[in-house]
Amino acid sequence: MKFSIQINEGPYQHQASDSAYQFAKAAIAAGHEIFRVFFYHDGVNNASRFTMPPQDDRNVVNQWAELGIKNADGEPELVVCIAAALRRGMLDESEAKKNGIEGNNIHPAFRISGLGQLIEAGIQSDRLVVFGD
Amino acid sequence: MLHTVNKSSFERNSLQSCLNIIDDTSVILLIEDGVISAANNANSPMLADLATQGRVYALQGDVDARGISSKVADNIKLVDYAGFVDLVVEHGTAVSWV
Repeated sequence: MKFSIQINEGPYQHQASDSAYQFAKAAIAAGHEIFRVFFYHDGVNNASRFTMPPQDDRNVVNQWAELGIKNADGEPELVVCIAAALRRGMLDESEAKKNGIEGNNIHPAFRISGLGQLIEAGIQSDRLVVFGD
Repeated sequence: MLHTVNKSSFERNSLQSCLNIIDDTSVILLIEDGVISAANNANSPMLADLATQGRVYALQGDVDARGISSKVADNIKLVDYAGFVDLVVEHGTAVSWV
């Protein structure tokens, strides 16, 4: 079965991202497909490549990246809401350039896109599961 | 339909809101702080009634993490994440109460 997941909360402050990760891992282990994970609201903070937790703590960002959720074209299907990301200072290379800012912080396993991607995930998937407040 | 509830009923009234509208075929899965409502001394009569019908589940890992394993009401079923996935597959649309 095709699943998509929506995450509305950032890492380390709410259990949502951890719960969603465990859910995604279990779904993959059961032979299901994760079509897309959509990071919305504070959930966009799950995509920061500058996240450096202590060595004895889990790295939530890398955990997501290591799941390697991609589409047939090899593009990441860990999708970060663009409006939620920009207002929280989360920029990829092209958005940084567009806004005249040096540096970018979106992990390469994630990509920035619009809310339409969440709607599409809802349409294309058999199930959409929401984590967070 | 599968309803997930992720807040304790001591913190929010999302569980009660869910119980007020749930239909005869849907089930509830308590996750995160929602598992607090699975404790035998926190049970609402409405949740207890659903539990006797075998329609209430709680996520084992979240129950254990909160130290209430020995207090979970008898007829609330414990599931792991694989069981969570199965519930989503079986019951169709998943609604998240927060």
